[in-house]
Amino acid sequence: MNRIDFLSTWRNRLNLSGRTFVIAIPYLWLLLLFLLPFLIVFKLSFAETRLAIPPYTELVEYAQDGHLRIILFLRNYLFLTEDPLYWKAYLSSVKIATIATSMALLVAYPVAYGMAKAPKRYQSTLVMLVILPFWTSFLIRVYAWIGILKTEGFLNHFLLWLGVINEPLHILHTHVAVYIGMVYSYLPFMLLPLYANLEKMDVSLLEAAADLGCTPMQAFWKITVPLSMPGVIAGCLLMFIPAVGEFVIPSLLGGSETLMIGKTLWTEFFNNRDWPLASAAAVVLLLILVAPIMWFQRTQAKGAV
Amino acid sequence: MPEINSQVRQTWAPWNQPDKKPFVRIENLSKTFDDIVVINNISLTIYEGEFFSLLGPSGCGKTTLLRMLAGFETPDAGRIVIDGEDMSNVPPYRRPINMMFQSYALFPHLSVEQNIAFGLKQDRMAKADIQARVEQMLALVKLQGFGKRKPEQLSGGQKQRVALARSLAKNPKLLLLDEPLGALDKKLREETRFELMTIQENLGVTFIIVTHDQEEAMTVSSRVAVMEQGQLAQVATPADIYEYPNSRHVAEFIGAINLFAAQLETVETDRATFRVAGIDLPICTGRSVNAAVGETLWIGIRPEKMRISRTAPEKTGENMLTGEVWDIAYLGNLSVFVVRLDNGKMVRVQWTNRTRSPEADISWNDRVYVSWAADAAMAMRH
Amino acid sequence: MNKSFSTFNVVSLIIGYAFLYIPILLLVIYSFNESRLVTVWSGFSSKWYGELWQNEELLDAAKVTLQVGLVASTLATILGTIAGVVLTRFGNFTGRILFNGMIYAPLVMPEVIVGLSLLLMFITISVDRGYWTVTLAHTTFSMCYVAVVIQSRLSSFDRSIEEAAMDLGCPPLKTFFLITLPVIMPAVVSAWLLSFTLSLDDLVISSFATGPGATTLPMKIFSQMRLGVTPQINAVSTILIGLVATGVTISSVIRKRQEVRKL
Repeated sequence: MNRIDFLSTWRNRLNLSGRTFVIAIPYLWLLLLFLLPFLIVFKLSFAETRLAIPPYTELVEYAQDGHLRIILFLRNYLFLTEDPLYWKAYLSSVKIATIATSMALLVAYPVAYGMAKAPKRYQSTLVMLVILPFWTSFLIRVYAWIGILKTEGFLNHFLLWLGVINEPLHILHTHVAVYIGMVYSYLPFMLLPLYANLEKMDVSLLEAAADLGCTPMQAFWKITVPLSMPGVIAGCLLMFIPAVGEFVIPSLLGGSETLMIGKTLWTEFFNNRDWPLASAAAVVLLLILVAPIMWFQRTQAKGAV
Repeated sequence: MPEINSQVRQTWAPWNQPDKKPFVRIENLSKTFDDIVVINNISLTIYEGEFFSLLGPSGCGKTTLLRMLAGFETPDAGRIVIDGEDMSNVPPYRRPINMMFQSYALFPHLSVEQNIAFGLKQDRMAKADIQARVEQMLALVKLQGFGKRKPEQLSGGQKQRVALARSLAKNPKLLLLDEPLGALDKKLREETRFELMTIQENLGVTFIIVTHDQEEAMTVSSRVAVMEQGQLAQVATPADIYEYPNSRHVAEFIGAINLFAAQLETVETDRATFRVAGIDLPICTGRSVNAAVGETLWIGIRPEKMRISRTAPEKTGENMLTGEVWDIAYLGNLSVFVVRLDNGKMVRVQWTNRTRSPEADISWNDRVYVSWAADAAMAMRH
Repeated sequence: MNKSFSTFNVVSLIIGYAFLYIPILLLVIYSFNESRLVTVWSGFSSKWYGELWQNEELLDAAKVTLQVGLVASTLATILGTIAGVVLTRFGNFTGRILFNGMIYAPLVMPEVIVGLSLLLMFITISVDRGYWTVTLAHTTFSMCYVAVVIQSRLSSFDRSIEEAAMDLGCPPLKTFFLITLPVIMPAVVSAWLLSFTLSLDDLVISSFATGPGATTLPMKIFSQMRLGVTPQINAVSTILIGLVATGVTISSVIRKRQEVRKL
C-alpha cells in the first residue's frame, strides 16, 4: 500500500467514524431512554407480582441444579381478559376517543374551512390564534372547563339566565364533560391538518365544477370533501391516538363511571402497586394503538412524497 | 376617429354582415380590483362559429374578461349577453358555457372517465348516454383506453386533452379556453394548435381563447382582439392586425416593425408623402390618408418588406434610406440586418435566404441602401 | 370566487375562536375575583396572587419546574437538532428504520406508557429518582419534537448553499456551523420554546419519573385541582398563560423583524 492510499483510507475511516459518532449521540440516547425502558415493561408484563421490593419476580433465574430457568407468567394477560374492569376500560377508552374525535371533526371542519377561505392576509394570524392556546398548559385548559361545566358553573348560570333550562344541568363528572374536554384540548390537532389541506386546495377545481354545472353545495360535497380526506384522516388519527390513552381529562372532568385505560393504569400502578399487571395493560394498550399509529405514519409518508 | 386604412379581403366574415346577429354581446363592461381598473369599458361582439382570441401581455385584463364570461367574476358595470340571454344574474353553473382552465383543473380524485362524465352527471343524463358520450369524447381527443387512469398518471399533453374533452362533453354553445397550450412545450404546442382548429371546425362550437402568444393567436383565430391595459386596442382578423394595425402599440406587439415619426407633406387620392427628420428622401404610402397636411403621424414598415443592397436601387426618388450594417443575425431560413442610418436611427431588415450562399453578400460596416415598395409602408395616428 | 368568504364562514370562525378562547378568558377574569366562589363575581381583587407568594410548596414546585424546563429543553434542542440532521442529511445507515421509529413513536405513544416504562427502568437500574430523572425523561420526549421540527425545516432547505460552501472548501462539520445552523436558527429557537413549554406542561411523565423532593408545578396544581376549583389555581394559571403569551409575542415580534430585515 502506498502512502496516498494509506492516507485516504485513514481519512475515509475518520470521516466514517465522525459520521457514526454524530449518529450515535441521539441514537444511543433514544435506545437507553426510550427503547430499553419499553423492553423492560414488556419483560415485566410476564413477571409475577409479589409483596417485596421490587414487587415482582425475575423471569430468569438459576435453578438449584445450575440450569437457567425462564418463567413467563401469562397470568397478567389472562387476567386482563378475565377481569371485566380491564376490557371494559379498553372498550370504553376506544369508544370515548371515537366519539370525541367525531365531535371534534364536526366542530373543526367548518372552522378550518372558514380559515382557508379567509382573505390571505389574515390567514397567518388565524393559524397563530389556533396555536396560541396550544402553547398554554394542557392542565390549565382542562381545568378551565371545571368552572364552566360544574353545577353552579358559568354554563348553567348562562343557560338559566337565558331561560333555556329551569334547573342546572349535571355535566361535570359525566361522559359529556369528557367529550367536551377532549374536543377542546385536541381541537388544534384536528384543525391544523384540515386547514393545511383545505388551504392548498386549488380554487380552479371548484370553478371547474361550477363551470360543469355544480352548485356551490354540490361542488363542496363532490370536490372539497373527497379531496380533503387526507387532512380529515390525519386530523382524526392525530387526535384519536393520544385520546385513547388520555389520563388528565377523565380524571378531572370525568366521573366515577368514566372508565378509561389511562386512568385505570395509573390507579393500578400507584394505588395497587401491581407493576406486572400495569405493564401488561400498557402492552395491550400499545397493541390497540399499533394499527392507527401505522396508518398515521403511512399517511404522513404519502403526504411527504 | 375614422380608420386610416381599409381592410384585407375576407371570405367568411359575419362581423361584416349587418344582418348577422352576434352570439356574444359584451356591452360597456368594466371591472376594478383594489382601485386598479382591470377592464375599462369594453364593448365587443362575437359571432357564432368564431375562433376568437383575446391577445395581450400579462395583466392586460384578458383573463379577467374571460372569467367574467364564465361567471367567476362579476362586472362592476355593463353586461354580457349570450345567445340573446342576459348573463348578469346567471351563476357559473347555470351558464351554457364551459371553460378549459389554464391549470386544466382536473379533479385529482377522479379518473379520466369520471372527469369527463362529471358535467354530464350534473345534468342527470342517463348512465348509458354518459358512457357513450365519454367514449365519443375520448375518441375526439384520441385518448381511447386512457379512461381508467388518474390525472397524475398522464403526461402534460394528455392532461390538456382530458381538460378539452371534459369542457366539450356537455356540448356547450361557447367554449372558453384560458391559455390552453400555455403549459405545453413548444413543439407539442404547435401540433396541438392545428388539432384544436380541426376540433373547433368539426364541432362548430364558438371558441374564445386567451393567449399571450401572438403566433398562436395568429394561427388559430378568425379574429383577434388585442388588449392593452383593460381596453381593446384593435379587433380584427389576423391579417388585418398584421398588415393594418391601428396603432404603433399593436404594430409592435405583433411582429417586428420599423417606426418613424413623420410629418404629412402631401395628400393625393392614391398616395401620401411624408418627411422624416434627418432623412433626405420623402417616404410615401401607397394609399391616401385621412389627415391634415402638417400633422405628425407614425410610419411603419415591416422588416420583411424591406430590401437591402450595396448598390443603389433603380428608382431612387423616395422610400430609400442609407446607412451602414451594424449587426447581422443569421437564423438559417433568413437573416436579419440591423442598419444604422445616417441620422443614427437603427432599422431592421429581413432577408430570406433563398440560396445556400447568401446572395446579398453583405458584411459588417458595409454601406447599404434600404428600400421598399410604396404600398409596404403604413401610416398610424397613435 | 370572491363571494366565497360568506357569512357562514365568518360565523363558524367566530364560534370556533370563541370556543377556543372563552374558557381561558373566564379563567383569567375570575382569578381577580374577590370571592372564594370562583363562578360568582363579587368585585376586583388581586389577593389570590398575594397568597401565592405565601405558598412555599407552590413556589418550590415552580422552581423545580423552571430548572427542569431550562435544562431539559436545552439538552433536547441539542440532541433533537442532531437527530433532525441525521434524519435529513445522512441518507441510509444501519438501523435507520429503528431510528425513525424511535423519533416518531414518542410523539404518538400515550404518556402513561412512556412514563411507566421510564419509571420501571429507573427502578431496574436502581437510580434515585428526583430532579435528574425528571429532566432525563423530559429531554427524551422533547428531543423527538425538536427532531421533527428541525427535519421539516431542513427538508425545505436549499441544499445548494451547503454544496456551495463545501465546493468553496468548507468541510462538512464546519459547513453545518457556518451555513446550516445560522439559516435554520429560527427553527432551532422555536423548537427550544416548544420543548420548554412541553416540559413546563407535562404532568403524566413527570409523575412517573419523579421521586421525593422533586414535585413539579403541574403535579402540585393537579393534586389541588382534584380537590376542586380554587381562585389560587386560577391565579397560577393566569401567570402561566401570561408568561406563554409574552413568550409567543416576543418570538413572533423577533420573527417579524427578521422578515423585515430580509427585505
